This record gives sequence, structure tokens and C-alpha cells, in this order.
Amino acid sequence: MRLEDFPILKNNIIYFDNGATTFKPQKVIDKINEYYKEYTSNAHRGDYDYSLKVDTEYENVRVKIKDFINAKQKEEIVFTSGTTHSLNQVIFGYCSKILKEGDEVLISKAEHASNVLPWMILSEKIGFNIKYIPLDSNYEINIEDVKKSITDKTKIISLAHVSNVIGDIRPIKEIGSICKERNILFIVDAAQSIGHLKIDVEDMNIDFLAASAHKMLGPTGTGFLYGKMDYLKETDPLMYGGGMNSYFESDFTYELKNVPLKFEAGTQNIAGVLGMGAAIDYLKEIGLDKIHEYEYELKKYAVSKLKEVPNIIIYNEKSKSGCLTFNIDKVFSQDTAVFLNNYNICVRSGNHCAKILKDEIGATNTCRAIFYLYNTKEEIDKFVEVLKMQDKIYDNIV
Amino acid sequence: MDDKLKRDIILEHYQNPINRGFIDNNNYIKVNSRNESCVDNITVALLLDKDVIIDARFEGEACAICTSATSVMIKTLIGKTVEEAREIIKNFNNMINEEEYDSSILEELNVYDTVYRQPNRKNCALLPFKAVKDILGERE
Repeated sequence: MRLEDFPILKNNIIYFDNGATTFKPQKVIDKINEYYKEYTSNAHRGDYDYSLKVDTEYENVRVKIKDFINAKQKEEIVFTSGTTHSLNQVIFGYCSKILKEGDEVLISKAEHASNVLPWMILSEKIGFNIKYIPLDSNYEINIEDVKKSITDKTKIISLAHVSNVIGDIRPIKEIGSICKERNILFIVDAAQSIGHLKIDVEDMNIDFLAASAHKMLGPTGTGFLYGKMDYLKETDPLMYGGGMNSYFESDFTYELKNVPLKFEAGTQNIAGVLGMGAAIDYLKEIGLDKIHEYEYELKKYAVSKLKEVPNIIIYNEKSKSGCLTFNIDKVFSQDTAVFLNNYNICVRSGNHCAKILKDEIGATNTCRAIFYLYNTKEEIDKFVEVLKMQDKIYDNIV
Repeated sequence: MDDKLKRDIILEHYQNPINRGFIDNNNYIKVNSRNESCVDNITVALLLDKDVIIDARFEGEACAICTSATSVMIKTLIGKTVEEAREIIKNFNNMINEEEYDSSILEELNVYDTVYRQPNRKNCALLPFKAVKDILGERE
């Protein structure tokens, strides 16, 4: 789909590591260059034309994100460095204030490190309990297991919209409505769904949503946090300094700016934010439904083709995204990834930062291919051909 | 040494590594070593008698280069003094990092003399040595 928009594809590379980061279309690259070449200046700081232009464009990206996820107001969008920053902002800036000893936070064993470690660290300080919603036989989360996991002590549910190893799409809307009913805070890690699936924070009853630009065709080092206004008002910043205060005096009095600026201390990644805006424009032009349909079609195609290849274990045949997790039987995942690299095919090997999932799937390490709009069936054919030559896997080891 | 012979030695050590699995003996000193790309994960255990490495074992999951390098390393280090082991580790590191080294003391470890051509696998080869370095370091 629209391969000509991605200049990096001229390098003849087959890139399936879209869960780690995505390629950038020319329009995103142009937007970033435009800022650096045509009107570099800081936002919210100057009275001159360049600064005003930057300010307007920067704030306009907030509006684009608001529309993209159907937030109520643009002030509910906080710019961050990405999903990890966003999750830490919520967990340490808000959850730390509402959790008490004995409370329960529900996550799953298929979460990314960024939705596990902050909870572990905070629970050491406060003494709340982290509980896992069980995964079903396909390593997915179903709504019945969510219901069964909730107790009177459950204060927060924090889950990825799409898991980064299995690629299953969680029933976010259903979980959101249960959370609303039971007065549970609902946090969604959208790192793997943003740019792939339609997100509607109102319809899905999401209280906080964390996402990264670079996983949706945008630049690295930029992302956003969505939070319901009432919660954001109660959230403490993680960083203090320039750009986030209204005043401070020698007698130690001070006032912070309002949401969202109180969370954006220091000069922000302006080029990144503008690039993120261009990525959203690009995605909207194509349509998320069309993108999802296309990448899921590629995944189904890859699964059917891999059935012809001996010794291939697929861990997530059923998941309905572009994610394919596999191993060659008895071959260490990294050796498979290095072998594929000999043919210019990029896949990720390892535990994909979901280190506790190994308890469930019985494999510490896997290879992961996540297909996106610029991948093709021809690329999958090549990938399958290479995997058919698996007896040559160690030929280039030295 | 030609590439085919090197490959055969590496694969033999990968498929049938020496001393994989620990035995019940508290006198072994163990150190776990993982690489930053969060894939290879090896624990090495050394048994020392005064200044001599009388046994070395390992457990863990790792790629072909890392697993085989652990096995070849164990084969090389058993029977060496701590001082000799340190020299081997230093020269192996130099070989992987394309610096000057003495191949005469590296024995079968010379099969890794072209790993530098695959920069993304250097750390795989070095990982078990890191564990041994930590163990020997603790003795100082």
C-alpha cells in the first residue's frame, strides 16, 4: 500500500519489525525538515512571527490527536517522549496518590515492561498488590477472565490495547464499561494499536491512554498521554522547570500552569510533535480501517504460507492483528533472525520486553514479524522461501 | 583454519556443549550474564582449587554463537590457573574487538577469529567471558 511514499524502501529491505518502530513516509520527514529549515523557534515563548507559527502548529497537533482518539478537549492531550514516559507520568503522577496498601492493580503477564516495572516499583513503596488477569489458551484476554479477576479491592486495570508479543486485540470497550460500572480507573497502553486501530477514548471509557509517534509512522522521541480532565487536574508533574510554571518568587511562592502545560517542562520535542501531526494526517488520509484490514490480511496470508514449511511453530495463529510470532523448532530465535537478516529480512527476536510472558507460552524467546501498510504479499513469499531453506541456517555463522 | 572446519567445531559445541547443567556442590562460584539485547542468558559456574580452575559448568539459553563459545571457553579454561585464565580472556576480548592478540594461547577459541565481521554477534561471543571475568574479579 503506497510503497512509493516511503523513501527507505529503496534500500530493498524487507522490514517486518514494525512492533519496534515503523518507517516514515516522505510527508513526515518533510514536515520535520520544514520546521528546521523554515521556521525553527521555540513554542509558547516569543512575540515574533516564527514563534507564533510554531506555537500555532504545535497546538494544532494537540487538536489533531484529540480528533484522532475522540477526546473531549485538546487540553486532555499531553505531549510526552512516548508511551513509556506517558505510563510513568500516570502511574507516578496520579496512581501514586490514589493507591493504598492492600489495593489491587490488574495487569496481565503479556504486558510490555513499561506497564509492569513502574507498578512493581510503586508497589514496593505503597504496598498495593499487582494481580494478573489470566490468559486463555490462545494467550489472549477474554472478558470473562477480566470479570472474574475483579475484586472489591481492584482500583486500577492497566492493559495494552494490542499485546506486543501475541498481537491480540483486547476487548477494550467491554473492559472500559465494566471499569466505569465498578468505579475502576482504566489505563490503556496503545503503543501497538495506535496507527493500526481506531481508538475512541469516550466510547471505550478509557481514563488514560499512552502512545508513541514512532510506532505510527511518526518520529522517535515523541508521543502523548491522554487523560480525562478531572484526573489530569489531580495528576502531579514528573518534571518541574521552564514552560510549566505561571510564576515563582523569591519568597518561594509559585504557581504551575494549567493542564496540559504543567506536564511539559523544558523545551519540548517540537520537530517531533509536528512530525507526529503529519503522521496522523497521513494515517487519516488512508484510513485506519483499511490499514487494519490490510495488515490482518497479510498475517493470514503468512500463516497459510507457513503451513507449507516444516518445523515452524506459530504462537498466535488466532490473533487478529498484523502480528506473527513464531520459531523454527529447536532453533534459538536470534539465530533465525540473523539468518533472515542475511536475506535483508528484518524480524525481532527475543522476549520483546514482555519478560514474564515466558511463564505462559513456554518459550523464552520468539521471532516476531508485525506487518504494516507498506509490506506486501511478495515480501511474505520471500520470507517463506527463506524459512524453507532452514537447513542452511548455520552456513554463514562464521 | 578454513571456514568449514570452524563452522563444524562451532556447531558441534552448540549442539553438544560441554558441561551443560549444574551439579550439587556449593563450592562452585556462579555468575549470571545477559546481554543488553535481552536475548542470551548464561550462568557460568567455576570450581577453583587454590588458584586452579578445576571445573567449569554452565546453564542457560542462548544463540549458537553464545552457547558454543561458552562450551569452547569451558573446555579451554579447565585446568588453567586464574592468571592464565585472565590472559586468555584478555586476548579473546582483543581478538573479538579487532585488537592485537596472542592466538597461541587461545587454543580452540581461535574458531571465533572472524566473529568481528558480524558486529551484532560480538556480544554473543563475549558473554560467557564476562561471567568468568566477574567470578575471577571477585577473588581479588
